[in-house]
Amino acid sequence: MELILETLGLTETAALLSLSPPGWGANLLRGLANSLQIALGAFGMGLVIGLFGAYGKLYGGPILRDLLAIYTTVIRAVPELVLILILYYVGTDLINKLAQFMGYGRVEISGVVAGIWVLGIVQGAYATEILRGAIQAVPPGQIEAARAYGMPALLTLRRVTVPALMAFATPGLANLWLIATKDTALLAVVGFNELTLETKQAASSTRSYFTFFLAAGGLYLMVTLCSGVVFARIEKWARRGQPSLRQGGL
Amino acid sequence: MPTAASADPDPAATATPSTRTVSAAQGQSGQDAVRIEGLHKSFGTLEVLKGVSLTAKQGDVVAIIGGSGSGKSTMLRCINFLETPSAGKIVIDGEEIKMRADGSPANRRQIERIRTRLAMVFQSFNLWTHRTLLENVIEVPIHVLKVPRAEAIAQARTLLQRVGLANKEDSFPAFLSGGQQQRAAIARALAVDPSVMLFDEPTSALDPELVGEVLTVIRDLAAEGRTMLLVTHEMRFAREVADHVVYLYQGQIEEQGPPAEVFGNPKSDRLRQFLQSVS
Repeated sequence: MELILETLGLTETAALLSLSPPGWGANLLRGLANSLQIALGAFGMGLVIGLFGAYGKLYGGPILRDLLAIYTTVIRAVPELVLILILYYVGTDLINKLAQFMGYGRVEISGVVAGIWVLGIVQGAYATEILRGAIQAVPPGQIEAARAYGMPALLTLRRVTVPALMAFATPGLANLWLIATKDTALLAVVGFNELTLETKQAASSTRSYFTFFLAAGGLYLMVTLCSGVVFARIEKWARRGQPSLRQGGL
Repeated sequence: MPTAASADPDPAATATPSTRTVSAAQGQSGQDAVRIEGLHKSFGTLEVLKGVSLTAKQGDVVAIIGGSGSGKSTMLRCINFLETPSAGKIVIDGEEIKMRADGSPANRRQIERIRTRLAMVFQSFNLWTHRTLLENVIEVPIHVLKVPRAEAIAQARTLLQRVGLANKEDSFPAFLSGGQQQRAAIARALAVDPSVMLFDEPTSALDPELVGEVLTVIRDLAAEGRTMLLVTHEMRFAREVADHVVYLYQGQIEEQGPPAEVFGNPKSDRLRQFLQSVS
């Protein structure tokens, strides 16, 4: 092993990326774990917001529909970096003001929770539109059949609408998930120790920018590849019962 | 709320007397399974149903015929409130569905409970495409009627066998022919052991050679005494299985009676024209 590294001239690189100090590998992996934690949380929160948002837009009253239109328009109009700065500083400020008003001291807001909230709100706007489209793509007859057989609204949602819309929503949601993993990098600007900030610190401490950013890029790529496998499975499951478009033998 | 009598000033509706009780054939046998009184339905300014009254006793097979836009499907869909009636009264198994003044259901729970006794078979089958045939049939028994899973599966297998789909229980609907899908939809309807079955043009979306297999299943159900309301374009079939035939014209019952009368000796000109145009 060492011989191989030696002949390739990578001994120094291996030492830099080593998991034990003085290598910075463990820091990068900790950053990756933080990134994934935020991405998962934000994606999950985005799905919940998206499902309510989509239902609100499709079936809500005029006021709710207008509010949701403002939400999705504003969130999708403003660059995510700006949104993160606004939501992060305004959000923590508001919470602290509220805490002081209610007689508590300053509240320490965990970076992970703040990151999940900020990105979750962004993801929710996109998820609202993805799920709205998917719900509209579900053949109305299937929902009508559920109603005709006495299924209450929530049961219909759980047993008929959501499973049926998965087939239409999965590709869009896979996109959204990948965007979530990469948007975590934007949280570096508010000083949260996710993968990009950890990489930057390691790189500037050692002056090995190329090595560390290449390594970080590799880690992001790994996440994408693994996500691809998972989403391919989900899509296969979600599309069960639907004939393949390729069946014609093209 | 307008009654049938006051809402029907249309002189064209002369062929039917004001009493519109179906099931002359069966007489007093059995209780009313479905009673509709003065049913009105408007979509915006378009009045689709203009005071329809109809009674089906238990075991009756009532065929509803009429041209396109006559309101026959709308009438059927008002019975289980897939469409909200504008006015009128609907009584299922002696239980009146409580309505607000605008016709919307006053009690969602009641509607949901009554719907489990009314099984609808749709023109476009409306099977749940992400579930296999077996899963389609057990869905409502397990999740709405709370039947134990094993029991529901056993019953579903019997029903699928009965409609000739015993070897297809793991197939998804999209991989089956229209006739097979419609037979599966009938099995799904039977799985709730309905007191009334509502057929909304069950063969209209089928290729001609597949119509027969579905009609055979419906004929069997009629023979075993299932109460059915059947909206259909299959006149010969209606004549054969129905105890009572109702001809709707522009949202009103133009003529009704036993099939031999309605088809053999139509009194209304419109019905006569209609029968000529479809035969």
